[in-house]
Amino acid sequence: MVVETQIAQFDSIALDSGATLMPVEIAYEAYGRLNAEKSNGILITHAFTGDAHAAGVSHDGGKPGWWDNMIGPGKAFDTDRYFVICSNVLGGCQGTTGPASINPATGKPYAMSFPVITIRDMVRLQRMLVLSLGITRLLAVAGGSMGGMQALEWAVSYPEMLLSCIPVATTWRHSAQQIAFNEVGRQSIMADPDWNQGEYYDTKPPARGLAVARMVGHITYMSDESMREKFGRRLREKDKFGFDFGVDFEVESYLRYRGSQFVSRFDANSYLYITKAEDYFDLANGTGALADAFRTVQTRFLVISFTSDWLYPSYQSQEIVRVLRRLNGDVAYCDLPSNYGHDAFLVDVAEQTELVRGFLASTARTVRPA
Amino acid sequence: MSGTVIESPRVSLEERPDFSVITQIIEPATRVLDLGCGEGEVLAWLVENKHVLARGVEISPSLVRKAIARGVSVYQGDIDEGLADYPDGAFDYVILSQTLQETRSPLEVVSEMLRVGRRAIISFPNFGHWNVRWSMLFTGQAPKTKLFPYDWYNSPNIHFLSIQDFENLCEQHGFPIEKRYFLAGSSRIRMLPNLMAQTAVFLLGPKR
Repeated sequence: MVVETQIAQFDSIALDSGATLMPVEIAYEAYGRLNAEKSNGILITHAFTGDAHAAGVSHDGGKPGWWDNMIGPGKAFDTDRYFVICSNVLGGCQGTTGPASINPATGKPYAMSFPVITIRDMVRLQRMLVLSLGITRLLAVAGGSMGGMQALEWAVSYPEMLLSCIPVATTWRHSAQQIAFNEVGRQSIMADPDWNQGEYYDTKPPARGLAVARMVGHITYMSDESMREKFGRRLREKDKFGFDFGVDFEVESYLRYRGSQFVSRFDANSYLYITKAEDYFDLANGTGALADAFRTVQTRFLVISFTSDWLYPSYQSQEIVRVLRRLNGDVAYCDLPSNYGHDAFLVDVAEQTELVRGFLASTARTVRPA
Repeated sequence: MSGTVIESPRVSLEERPDFSVITQIIEPATRVLDLGCGEGEVLAWLVENKHVLARGVEISPSLVRKAIARGVSVYQGDIDEGLADYPDGAFDYVILSQTLQETRSPLEVVSEMLRVGRRAIISFPNFGHWNVRWSMLFTGQAPKTKLFPYDWYNSPNIHFLSIQDFENLCEQHGFPIEKRYFLAGSSRIRMLPNLMAQTAVFLLGPKR
């Protein structure tokens, strides 16, 4: 399945901060075919550093999509049956308007003049895209990590527009620990002199700061066990310590590699804006009363967490499920056993597939042809 | 392909005679909660044939997975704690099939079932069956029978009860019994149920 990213443009979008962006562009990909009733649409929402290229291979370069093991013919999100859409988030740097985009008022990149955005803003733009494709009600919105936050936000902000919601390895509000890791990432970028208050688009990007931020991120995506299995204390291309500060251990080499790879594909200012949006995310708007947010929600939910995920621990999913049960909502929940930590939602897909496939099929059965 | 799913074998409803009683009791288009629902066979059958609104609770992740794959909304959790989250009268029926003897606090579970459901359907293996009595009397050891196939040290059963014990419990705590079904294999037993029945199914009505 060779796929191409497309761009949709809208005149303007009003943001939670009070600011307005005009115009605004959104990059998206779509797989499968929309049926005549337009009832088989599924929106996939991506995690922090993901993009619109969720499945298939890109027409330029042949890169597989980030959830290609879950989306495609015969897979969990079966493109023979469903019309699957994935878009890059607002504030991102993979085609959708973000801090690296040109501000039409100045002819220069927004950089730090880009307004602060929220998860709700991301979802608002996705809704504009979905409506422009002629879809008024989605069969499902599904995503992991920050994608799960967007899926939850959809259910709360536009309950009439989705039949089901699949939040995976996520939370209904960012916790102190999650904010703390994000702040380390931001400080790492801003401490790099090349960051230059965000004005680096004409010079060189804060590569070292961004790489360190990514290294911290990668640690939080794995688990003690998966790191032990993958690296242990193995040395990198040597059989004894170097007695210097070059690379000794495999794990150091891996993190440095991941960090440097990331710099070539991700914008440091986007990192700042998107992590801020995650940190502001709280479905209960600071009241702690999640039930109020879900009060009018009629959506079916499939909530999935992973036992070794310590970045978005299972208890956060269980809080969502518990509130939905108290409201007598339609919620299925499974805490899947996995050693892969937070990364499990991307790599440990066999059991996830079983859940998603059955859940979607039973949701689709509730749709009456128009 | 990583997304390959092995279809789980459909557990025959006939293999569990109490299932056919339970599925008969339940009125169409009602709200049903199944505690310890396993792979969700009963709920899936009820959705398809009686168009009920189905919910399940199950503690084993592998069974929860199979139930959700079947399309049933099942929550992975513990029966003893899980019931507390449901509002009063959320269901028309709450089912507890062959699990009462495994719960930590059977009395609380039955009370909670009648709080969140208008009616409760409870089935359990009868510890008063003659075979169990015989086994105990003649071997002097914890009984091991077809109904109670476990060794004492690996049995999931932590509370043993006979039909008479359950009748007493309902009497003492004011749980109104609307119907009783006594089974040996798949046949109904009408005489001396506490001695002759292997399985009992009770339908409890709204608490007075």
